[in-house]
Amino acid sequence: MFSLEGLTSIIHEWLNGHLPATLALLAEFVIVGVAAIGLFAILGLGLVWMERKVAAVMQIRLGPNRLGPKGIFQTSADTVKLIMKEALTPSNADKFLFNLAPFIVIIVAMLILVPIAFAKNFQIWDLNIGVLYVTAVSSLSVIGILMAGWSSGNKYSLLGAMRSCAQIVSYELSAGLSIISIIVLTGSLKISDIVASQENGWWIFKGHIPAMISFVIFIIAATAETNRAPFDLAEAESELTAGFHTEYGGMKFALFFLSEYINIFIVCAICATLFLGGWMPLHIGSWAAFNHIMDYIPSSIWFFGKTIFLIFVIMWFRWTFPRLRVDQLLNLEWKYLLPISMFNLLLMTLIAIMGWHF
Amino acid sequence: MLEEIAITEEGDLIINVGPQHPATHGVLHLVLTLNGEIIKKVEPHLGYIHRSIEKMCESLSYRQFIYVTSRMDYLSAHINNHACALIVEKGLNVEVPQRAQYIRVIMDELTRIASHELWWSAMAMDLGAFTPYFLAFREREKINVIMEETCGARLTMNYMVPGGVMTDLHPDFQKNVKAFIVDFKKTLHEYNELVTGNVIFQSRMKGIGYISKEDVISYGCTGPVARASGLRSDIRKIAPYDIYDKVEFDEIIETGGDCFARYQVRIKEMSQSIRIIEQLIDNIPEGDIQAKTKAVLKLPKGEFYQRVETARGELGVYIVSEGAAQPYRIKFRSPGFSNLSALDHMVRGYKIGDFIAAMGTLDLVIPDIDR
Amino acid sequence: MTKEELKIKITEIHPEAIIDESGEWLNITVEPSAFRSFAEQVRMDVLDLDYMFCLTCVDWKTHLTMVYHLSSTTYRHNLVIKVKLDRDKPEIETICDIWRTAELHEREVFEMFGVVFLNHPDLRLLILPDDFVGNPMRKDFEDPINMIKL
Repeated sequence: MFSLEGLTSIIHEWLNGHLPATLALLAEFVIVGVAAIGLFAILGLGLVWMERKVAAVMQIRLGPNRLGPKGIFQTSADTVKLIMKEALTPSNADKFLFNLAPFIVIIVAMLILVPIAFAKNFQIWDLNIGVLYVTAVSSLSVIGILMAGWSSGNKYSLLGAMRSCAQIVSYELSAGLSIISIIVLTGSLKISDIVASQENGWWIFKGHIPAMISFVIFIIAATAETNRAPFDLAEAESELTAGFHTEYGGMKFALFFLSEYINIFIVCAICATLFLGGWMPLHIGSWAAFNHIMDYIPSSIWFFGKTIFLIFVIMWFRWTFPRLRVDQLLNLEWKYLLPISMFNLLLMTLIAIMGWHF
Repeated sequence: MLEEIAITEEGDLIINVGPQHPATHGVLHLVLTLNGEIIKKVEPHLGYIHRSIEKMCESLSYRQFIYVTSRMDYLSAHINNHACALIVEKGLNVEVPQRAQYIRVIMDELTRIASHELWWSAMAMDLGAFTPYFLAFREREKINVIMEETCGARLTMNYMVPGGVMTDLHPDFQKNVKAFIVDFKKTLHEYNELVTGNVIFQSRMKGIGYISKEDVISYGCTGPVARASGLRSDIRKIAPYDIYDKVEFDEIIETGGDCFARYQVRIKEMSQSIRIIEQLIDNIPEGDIQAKTKAVLKLPKGEFYQRVETARGELGVYIVSEGAAQPYRIKFRSPGFSNLSALDHMVRGYKIGDFIAAMGTLDLVIPDIDR
Repeated sequence: MTKEELKIKITEIHPEAIIDESGEWLNITVEPSAFRSFAEQVRMDVLDLDYMFCLTCVDWKTHLTMVYHLSSTTYRHNLVIKVKLDRDKPEIETICDIWRTAELHEREVFEMFGVVFLNHPDLRLLILPDDFVGNPMRKDFEDPINMIKL
């Protein structure tokens, strides 16, 4: 069976055979960097196209359908348009921070890509604190958003940035707590350990009801953290025109746009890793024959399948629900999600201690 | 850079909503005074689409001025024309043939449904739900097609003439309208499932933008805004015109006075409009579609006032005639203008999101406010 | 209330009022000086005219006439009040504290006809641009640039 694991080891061995160790390492850095940027571009284009198609299906229309089969090149054409556009900096803006903000946002999005396991043994860096790293780095993106909103010199942007801060900072709590509830079961922060612990079944099935509750909470918090409808208060088109990126145009806007989709991908990937077994095929306990059949499907397909399903769910939210108001949003977090996830964590700890999970 | 962000002496933020803003649905300019997210004051600045229709009408004949009014409240263009036709008929004492009256009322109600559909979709979009927009436009398109067949136009129908209607109905009119009614009853259920019952939607609407009955009267609000606060204000019931006194329908009254009540009134009004059309569509009498009028109409010296119920509320046309072929002075009392004046009272102390919701339920059409 | 009853009531409130019955509704003409107290009385008294559905002005070339259309939401009778104003110095007491809808309507009349509403809380141009000079709805308004002349 073809596996991406083989690919990495072949490259590694070939480089080490032809180059000194230091140069080989540097060459691997370059390859990883190029691959990450390439993945970014493909994900950005693909997810935007997917969003437009999903929206079209839900809104009884066709969506992009002119450029290429089913309009798949539409987003590439849009990107070309965005590159050609002039990158305006408003005269009121703080020029340094204004130009820096999109890069901070996109760099943060890139950094979180590091510990994600795309397939079996196919990972940029298997950190021993993988999940902690993800939660830590993802909270940096709020700095970029705040910077963008503050430096634009636009009142809508400022309001959007304020809302975004309040939102991301609060929803990180329940996202973190629901991650911890799975960490309690696995006993490790390492992504590869977490995936390996789901060899006999995914945590969402093995962890009883608390796992399901934390799954739901994580999905809600992930939607909020990525500023997606119904939690898109930072952008809130009908209230704040475009929120924190009102003043951005051309490629600088595209970076914000891209990072939004990358962030969706990442939170969905984390969610898939924690609750749905990452690249781990659907295994059921000791059914050896069934598990064996499932193993025939390549691990990368499992991973991307799960992630894209979750992305679809998040898109589904967006095209169905109206937007919450800012105080309702914070009420939901502090009055409902946070107490529930705290209690849920207690319950999960009890399950882990007593060994009640499968 | 931050010195230029206008802040009042009390430390409040002043923010311009409009003239170009996604939630104003036109060139309405509102100046908001904010304390954080809380609204302290809303001040309308109008005139971005002011064409001085009243002044224009002073140099147009009584046949011509009707069609300028289509451009006021373009979503209920037909009902505006109806008001103007009625006031000329009132001045000339013309008896409109029964067939024309039936056609006018059916068309009015179709226009009302189309207008409420657009309101529903735009309001859902203001609240951040995009999908309803397309669902409502699917139904609205059917009405537009029916209109196009008979009147030749889809939005500004210009179908009324003093003394009747311009042309006879399209042969397929009755068939298409009946098919539309059957479809629409199903889709109205779909609307309620998608939006009305939604938890987020209800929490955004209930108890928001409250206005009491006394304030509604004082601010001169009409239409669904007034009826949501418990004021009987349907001109079709108070001062019936054409055959509205012969059809059976309920005047929808809610007592909530909040955004959700206004929403409910409009949704229920759509079913009442369907009820009116159902009563009339099979009973359109044969006969003339126009009364005989002179080529040049001259209203006698005096003053005339005609009120009709448009989709947004009461439209009043006030004509002062000096006996010439043109009106001496004409005044359109537009429903949106008075409803807008209540906005400040409605949203003080609420948040920006509530302001958008309240503005959505007022159903403002900007050319109607500016005229 | 019928026209006759209204007529009797109004003569009780304000005996000097000129009553015209020719139109659809009863037309009352009062003096500008007596207008404010008359308006308060018809709002508060047994007439209960709580609902103002139209406020406008007519330029008669010799004088201006303010026209107020009032209605009662309880009794459903209508009344039209007219006030003749001096064309050169049109001034009238505001009624926007009695009927709050009048606030915007009075601002519109102010810019279109140049009628000054005394004690109005916020009498500024509403529809016209801030630096506009002239009163466009008056019959003698001329705008040579846009070729407006009646």
